[in-house]
Amino acid sequence: MTEQQAVHDWITKTIAANDVVLFMKGTSQFPQCGFSAQVAQILNHLGVNYKDVNVLEDMGIREGIKTYSNWPTIPQLYVKGEFIGGCDIVREMFQQGELQQLLDDKGISYDKRSAVV
Amino acid sequence: MPMDAKEIERLIKASIPDAEVSIRDLAGDGDHYAAHVVSSAFVGKTRVQQHQMVYEALGGRMGDVLHALALTTSPRKD
Repeated sequence: MTEQQAVHDWITKTIAANDVVLFMKGTSQFPQCGFSAQVAQILNHLGVNYKDVNVLEDMGIREGIKTYSNWPTIPQLYVKGEFIGGCDIVREMFQQGELQQLLDDKGISYDKRSAVV
Repeated sequence: MPMDAKEIERLIKASIPDAEVSIRDLAGDGDHYAAHVVSSAFVGKTRVQQHQMVYEALGGRMGDVLHALALTTSPRKD
């Protein structure tokens, strides 16, 4: 198994084992990039329970997540194993209420009182 | 390394010929852009797929020389 395959396998397992996963620079409490911070802030605001993966701690994951999803940038949000988007898409979905709808559809609990933009 | 807005537009249109591209230079430094792209090629595609088409048009520059391109896309409704 190549190193990239090993990383892709790890990503597949991680997004299967956690309903909501955010690959980001930094952590949910200490983001280290403005784009990652925006998505973490939206998820924190909604009160979604999510796993944060700090790509700055692992060069293999930092590069591997880009080939995994064919997406050139970080952050990347996954819900129930599905790639939802990066910062621009997540923000647009949140502003239009689509992110909240997606969480509802996937049966993921969040703080509904905070869902109003 | 900054990238010219005209070059971003040219690359997108080379790959998505009917694209309407509007680009704002957010910080006036030639390095932080917001682009909105409208095309009939986006019809029936998810947002992720629409953005992937634009990133593909930019040929690997996104996340590299283009660190800060905020992107929104819309399918053209005729």
